[in-house]
Amino acid sequence: MVALSLEHIGANYGRRKILSDATAEIQGGTLTALVGANAAGKSTLFRRIAGHLRGTGHIRLQGAVAHDLRYMPQDTGMTAALTVYESIILALKQGGGGWRLSATELGAVDETLRHFNLSHLADQQLSELSGGQRQAVSIAQTLVSRPKVVLMDEPTSALDLNRQYEILEALRLYAEQTGAVMVLALHDLNQVMRCCTATVALAEGRILASGATLDVLTPDLIRRLYGINSRVERCSQGCPMMIVDGPTAQLAL
Amino acid sequence: MTTMEIQTPEAASTHSYRRLVARRIAILVGLTLALVLSVAVDVSLGPARYPVWDVLQTIFAPGGAELQMRVVVWDIRMPMALLAVTVGASLSLAGAQMQTILANPLASPFTLGLSAAASFGAALAMVLGVALVPGAVALMVPINAFAMAMAASLLIFGLSTLRGVTVETIVLLGIALVFSFNAALALLQYFASEQALSAVVFWTMGSLTKATWGKVAVTAAILVVCTPLFARRAWALTAIRLGEVRATAMGVPVKRLRLEALVLVSVLAAVPVSFVGTIGFIGIVGPHVARLLLGEDQRFFLPGAMLSGSVILSATSVLSKAILPGAVLPIGIITALVGVPFFAALILTKGRKSW
Repeated sequence: MVALSLEHIGANYGRRKILSDATAEIQGGTLTALVGANAAGKSTLFRRIAGHLRGTGHIRLQGAVAHDLRYMPQDTGMTAALTVYESIILALKQGGGGWRLSATELGAVDETLRHFNLSHLADQQLSELSGGQRQAVSIAQTLVSRPKVVLMDEPTSALDLNRQYEILEALRLYAEQTGAVMVLALHDLNQVMRCCTATVALAEGRILASGATLDVLTPDLIRRLYGINSRVERCSQGCPMMIVDGPTAQLAL
Repeated sequence: MTTMEIQTPEAASTHSYRRLVARRIAILVGLTLALVLSVAVDVSLGPARYPVWDVLQTIFAPGGAELQMRVVVWDIRMPMALLAVTVGASLSLAGAQMQTILANPLASPFTLGLSAAASFGAALAMVLGVALVPGAVALMVPINAFAMAMAASLLIFGLSTLRGVTVETIVLLGIALVFSFNAALALLQYFASEQALSAVVFWTMGSLTKATWGKVAVTAAILVVCTPLFARRAWALTAIRLGEVRATAMGVPVKRLRLEALVLVSVLAAVPVSFVGTIGFIGIVGPHVARLLLGEDQRFFLPGAMLSGSVILSATSVLSKAILPGAVLPIGIITALVGVPFFAALILTKGRKSW
């Protein structure tokens, strides 16, 4: 099983401190959510872990090396004149290799397309895809090389309800099958409660809590993260749900 | 039965991709054949009307041909025809990689100010007799043109390394360079003698008539050096077109690659421009034709851009001789006059968004 440990991670943009003293242990094999308000430092934490930003602290990997890490940014701008199939080959080939494509490589592309239910889009040009389709292709690009550490920035933000469910289920399956560390920055806390075993909560560049999702996502922490009063209750099927009562400021009035 | 059901979609998408690759290879072969045909026609055409058969005989068995014909075919027409091929390939490749690394469909040696800088350098030699490289008086015009084009691209290169400079900034800076050098050129023309003025105007029109085997060899050598360097980075260059953020996330060292490509592109653009003058159109159209025909996988786009640039310039060379029998029109004029409507038609009829 793969594990990722963050020890006192810090990062700056110029002189502005974005991230400080972030410490957490993340286990592979399940989905881990990274939650926090806008500009809390989620993307910065991902970029720091991926090595795109320098900073303080230590990032340790168990059962994987830096080369096994893939980061999927939020940006899904795809204007290149490439088909979906070609774009996934492209992601696979960034690991190295010549111009020729082996049967194994083509098989990996096929398998990834199938896993994310994208085979029917294989011949389509990237520029012709909808926002949700682009996001799904982006996820396929990230996972085609079978990485052991995966950081995804809002992977479901452009997907419809059905696709969200489908993709999160495919990601959960991937983590289970490969033992990979999968950290997903998500905004929908009900989605987090349903799919993610562990959660890391980030506010103003600091990790406020990390651990089992239901232990982390308490009404008190949600108030501190988002300024929202909420309750966590079980539905008729026994699943935990977050019910929003309203912003704390409004209630105080 | 269950296995078959799972394998069918897998096989379908890979099969379809193999068909796409086969189609692209066929297009590259087609472009190569078109180039060979165009070069053959280009060599057989000229102010002196020789039968095609005699021209072919002079090419393949020069020993048996008349001296005059041998000189015309081997020393005038062949260098011209082949220079069209190497210059077309160089300018188109330079444009293709500029568009790739700057993520801008308008980027080309022409729009980034390299051609304008070269024209200004050439005019300095023709109007004021200033040699930017001392001691090279005989080759003052091409060397001045090359020096100014390299200076312009090094300026762009230098500024692009500064912190906070984006691709948009580089493109805007290139456009500013075009206007600056054009203004400086106009100033030189204003003070130029009548003879110098006509030389400058002719140079800026772009022409292959001063082709020599030496120029063919130099431009070919640059292509031989630069092409493998781009080819080795084919996957990374293709990834850059997914955007800087995504390419970086895929592990592509975007900034370093952009600088390396800018250096190669500068040489690829500056040398041909210094030999043939301003042929602005090829650097934009060649890559767009290749993109429309072959997509942006650099394994096909790279040779495709070179071939389409060569075919367009070679075909234009043919037209420049055929339009007015007995005269060779400046090729820069023909590329724009004939090429622009063709290009517009291609973009409007293809109906596929490529940017």
